[in-house]
Amino acid sequence: MSRFIVALAALLLSVCPLHAAEKIKVGFLSTMSGPSAALGIDIRDGFALAMQQNGGKLGGLAAELVVGDDQQNADTGKQLIERLLKKDRVDFVTGIVFTNVMLAVAPAVFDAQTFLISANATPSQLSGEGCSPWFFSTSWQNDGAHEAAGKYIADKGYSSVVLIAPNYPAGKDALTGFKRFYKGTVIDEMYTKLGQLDYAAELAQVRAAKPQAVYIFLPGGMGVNFIKQYNAAGLNRSMVLVGPGFSADEDVIKAVGEPMAGMFNTAQWAHDLDNAQNKRFVADFRKQYGRTPTVYASQGYDAAQLIDAAVRGVKGKIEDKAALRKAFEAADFPSVRGDFAFNVNHVPIQNYYLRQVVKGADGKLTNKLVSTILTAHKDAYAAACKMK
Amino acid sequence: MDLILILEQGLNGLQFGLMLFLLAAGLTLVFGIMDMINLAHGSLYMIGAYLAALVLGSTGSFLLAVCGALAGTAAIGMLIEIGILRRLYARDHLSQVLATFALLLIANEAMRILFGSQSLALNPPEVLSGPVELLPGFLYPAYRLLIIAVGLAVALLLYLLVAKTRVGMLVRAGASNREMALAMGVNVKALFTAVFGVGAALCALAGAMLGPLLAVEVGMGESILILAFVVIVIGGIGSIRGALAGALIVGVVDTLGRTLLPMSLRAVLPPAVASNLGPSLASILIYVLMAGVLFWRPQGLFPARG
Amino acid sequence: MGVRLDHPLRSVVALPVLIALIAFPLLMQVIDEPFYVVLASRILIFALVATSLNLLVGFGGMVSFGHAAFLGAGAYVVAILMQHGVTSAWIAWPAAVAVAGVAALLIGAISLRTRGVYFIMITLAFAQMMYFIFVSLKAYGGDDGLPLPSRSIVAPALDLSSDVAFYYVVLAFVLLGFFLFARLVNSRFGRVLQGIRENETRMEAVGYPVYRYKLVAFVIAGAAAGLGGALLVNQNELASPAMLNWPQSGMLLTMVILGGVGFLWGGAIGAVVLLLLEEVLATYTIHWQLGVGLVLLAVVLFAPNGLSTLRKSTGAQARDG
Repeated sequence: MSRFIVALAALLLSVCPLHAAEKIKVGFLSTMSGPSAALGIDIRDGFALAMQQNGGKLGGLAAELVVGDDQQNADTGKQLIERLLKKDRVDFVTGIVFTNVMLAVAPAVFDAQTFLISANATPSQLSGEGCSPWFFSTSWQNDGAHEAAGKYIADKGYSSVVLIAPNYPAGKDALTGFKRFYKGTVIDEMYTKLGQLDYAAELAQVRAAKPQAVYIFLPGGMGVNFIKQYNAAGLNRSMVLVGPGFSADEDVIKAVGEPMAGMFNTAQWAHDLDNAQNKRFVADFRKQYGRTPTVYASQGYDAAQLIDAAVRGVKGKIEDKAALRKAFEAADFPSVRGDFAFNVNHVPIQNYYLRQVVKGADGKLTNKLVSTILTAHKDAYAAACKMK
Repeated sequence: MDLILILEQGLNGLQFGLMLFLLAAGLTLVFGIMDMINLAHGSLYMIGAYLAALVLGSTGSFLLAVCGALAGTAAIGMLIEIGILRRLYARDHLSQVLATFALLLIANEAMRILFGSQSLALNPPEVLSGPVELLPGFLYPAYRLLIIAVGLAVALLLYLLVAKTRVGMLVRAGASNREMALAMGVNVKALFTAVFGVGAALCALAGAMLGPLLAVEVGMGESILILAFVVIVIGGIGSIRGALAGALIVGVVDTLGRTLLPMSLRAVLPPAVASNLGPSLASILIYVLMAGVLFWRPQGLFPARG
Repeated sequence: MGVRLDHPLRSVVALPVLIALIAFPLLMQVIDEPFYVVLASRILIFALVATSLNLLVGFGGMVSFGHAAFLGAGAYVVAILMQHGVTSAWIAWPAAVAVAGVAALLIGAISLRTRGVYFIMITLAFAQMMYFIFVSLKAYGGDDGLPLPSRSIVAPALDLSSDVAFYYVVLAFVLLGFFLFARLVNSRFGRVLQGIRENETRMEAVGYPVYRYKLVAFVIAGAAAGLGGALLVNQNELASPAMLNWPQSGMLLTMVILGGVGFLWGGAIGAVVLLLLEEVLATYTIHWQLGVGLVLLAVVLFAPNGLSTLRKSTGAQARDG
C-alpha cells in the first residue's frame, strides 16, 4: 500500500517543475561485514560524525545516508550500485573501501553522471589516463603510503626485502609504488588471495628467504591474521616488519595487541597531527564512538566535509553539475590532515608521515607521529591524466 | 631446496589435512549411514567457532571455550536432526540438498542477527601464541602443533571407537549395509541422532581450533564444506579411514599448490600471475581427482563396504 | 495418481502473461520507477536458466549441482570476446551458446555415466573445476571478474545501454526459449525423457538409447544456460567467477523447487518467486536470506506435488546405479 502511495507521489513529483533539491541522498557503498568490516564501519562513522556536526546536513541541505554492504565482493557491489543509482537515485556515491569493488562500480556511477567521492580506494586506473571528471578522492592515490614506506626502508638501509600484498589491483599498485622508491633487493614478491586469512605457506617462504625486512600491504582482517601468525612463527625475532598505515592502524592494534609494539608504518594522517580541525575531529570521534579513529575514519570525515563545502559552494543547486564540479575542485574545506589541495586528476597532493606503534599516555598501544617522509607528494599518474 | 622449508610446509599440510578430517569424518558418517547429503555441515563448524568465541569472551579460558563449543554444537546438531533432518532420510537427494541448503542460509543469517556482521575475535591461549623450536633455527608456531596433536588424537580416538567398541560396530554395520542393520534390529533412530551429534561435535572442534587462525565470520563454513565433500568422495563415503586418507591427500595437494607450484612458476611467470595460478591449479587438481574417483571408482579409495 | 507427461502451453495462461510482460516497461515509465525494468530483466534471464535446469531435474530426473558452470561459461565467452574487440551480439551470443553446449557435451558425457548421488557430486566437481579455471585466469580478471566496457551491440539503431531496450531484447530471447522448451517437453523427445525419469531401467529394456537421450537433454540445457549467461553478463556488465560457484548452482536448484519440479512453468515461477522475495525482503531487512531459507525449507518439507515426480530410488540402486 505504501508502495502505491510512493509511486503516486513520484508520479506527481515527476510532473512538477524542476527546482533546487531540498534533500541530498548519499549512497554509501562499503564493506560492512566479514574480517575487514571495521574499515567500512570506520569510514561510515567518520562520515556520519561530520554530518552530525553539521546538524544532519551537508551544505545546508538535509542529508540522508543510504548504506549498502558490498561484502568485499565486486559483483555484490555492482548489483548494489545499480540499486543505489536507479532505485534510490542517490546524488553522490562514497564509502568504497576495496579497489576491486571500486573498479567494478565506477563506470556505472560515471555513466549515471553522479559524483563518486572516494574515501579510500583510488586505483592507478582512475588516476592516470582513466581519470574522470566525476571522480574525487579524499584519501590518497593507492601507491602513496607504499611509496613513503619504500623510501623509509631504503633510507634505513635495509638491503633486502620480501614483499607481500593481496592479488588485486590495489595490491599491485602498492608494490609498484613501493618499488618506485626502494632500490634494494626484492628477494620475493608474494601475492596472496584477497581475503586470505591463513598465511602459513607464505610465512614458511619468508623464513626460507631470510630478508632483512618484510613489507606487507594487508589491510583489515588480513593484516590482523598475518601479524599474529608472523609473531607465532617467531619471524619477528629475525626480521623487521613494516607496513603502510592500513596494516597497523587502531583496528589492527586492537586485535593484535602487544606483539605489535614498535612497528613502523606510513600514512598521510595520524591522530596526533597538530591542527585545530584534527584535534576537534579526534576528540569528538572518541566521545561519540568510544574508540580512537583510524585513517579510514579521517578519510570518511573529509569526504563528508568535501561534499558539504561543494554543495555550499553551489548554494544547494546540485543539479548544476558543472558548477558542482568546480566547487569540488576548489576543495575549500578544513581537512583533518591540514592543507588540502587536489591535483589535476582529483587526487590529493599531501604529506606522508612515519608513524610508530607505541604505548600512549594512558598506557594503551596507539600510533604516534614520528616524522615526515614525503612532503607535498604528487602521485605518479597525474601527468597521464588529460583533465586540466 | 631448504630442508626447513620442506618440513614447515609438510607440517602445514598435515595441520590443514587433519582439520579437514574432523569435518569430513562427521560428514562421511552421516552420508554413509543415513544416506543424507548435508550441506549444513559447514554451518555446524561455524556455530562451533561462534560458540567458542562467545565462551572465551565471557570466561577467558580457551579450554572452556572448546568444551562449550563441543557441547553446544552437539546439542544444536541433535536438535536439528530430531526436528528436521529425520524427515529427510526417506526423501530423495534433491530434497536433502535443498533442505540443508535452506538450513545453511538460515544458520548464516541467524549468526548475523545474533552476533552482527563483523568477525569475532578468537585468540589462542597466551602461552601458545609463540613459536616452539623444533630444530635449531626452525621455529614452528606452538598453536599449530597443538592443532596437529589434537587432530591426531581425535583420529586415534575415532578409530578406536569405530573399530573396537560395540557402538562402533553398529556404526560400521549401518555404513556398510543399512538395510541389514535395520533388519537386525538396531535402534536406528537413536544411532542416527548419536552419529549426527558426534559429527556436530567434530565440526565444532574444527571450528574452535581453526577460529584463531582464520576469522570467526558468517559464511566461514562454505568453502571448507565443499572441500569436505571432495575428501569423502575421494576417501569413500561412510569410511573414516577414507576420510583421513582423503583429507591428508587434499591437505598435501593444497599445500603444494600454495608453495611449490608458485615458487616454480615464479621462475617463468610474473609474480602476480604465478601467485594466483599456483593455488588455482591445486584446486583444479583436487576437483579433477574427485571427478576421477567418481568416474572410475565411485566407492572411493577406502570403501566402507570392503 | 498417474504421472502426467503432457504439459500444454495454455493460451489462457500464456496470453495474459505475454501482454503483461510487453506492457511492463511502459507501466514503469508511467510511474517513474525505472529500476524495476532492470529487476524484471534479471528475473526473465533467471527464468530462462531455471527453466533449462528444470528440463534436466524436473523432466529428466538428473539432479545437476553444477548448472551454474554453463551460465558462467556463456557469460565469460561474451566478456572475453569483448576484451578482444568482438562487440557484436550476433557473434558473441551464439558463441556463448555454442561454447556452453560443448562444455555440457564434455561434462555430460562423463557425468552421465554415473548415477544418483555420484552424479550430483560429479557435476559439482566439474563446476568447481571451471570456477577455479576462471579464477586462475588473471588475464581475464581472475577473482575480481572481467568487466564489460559496454553492452553487446545488436544493431546500430538499438542501443542496449538503455534498460528498456535491453529488457525487450531479453524478453524476445526468453519468450523464444520458453516456447521452444514447451514444444520440446511435449514432443516425443520430452515423453521419452520423462519416461527415463520415471524408470530408467524399463526404458532401457524397451530399447531406448537412454544415455543418448540424457546427453542431448544435458547439452540443450547447458546451451540454454549459456544464452542466459550471455544475457546476464550484459545486464551486470561484469563476468565474475562467482557466477559459477556452487552457491549459484544451489540458487538455481532452489528456483526450480520453489516453482515446481517437472512443471512447465516451474523454472519461471521459481525465478520470479525467489528474486522477488529477495527484492521485497531486502527493503525491510538485511537478513532477507533468512526468509528465503525458511520458505525453501517449508517447501521442501511440506512438498507440493511437484516433488513427487522425483521418487527416491532405494538406497542400493541409487548408490550402485
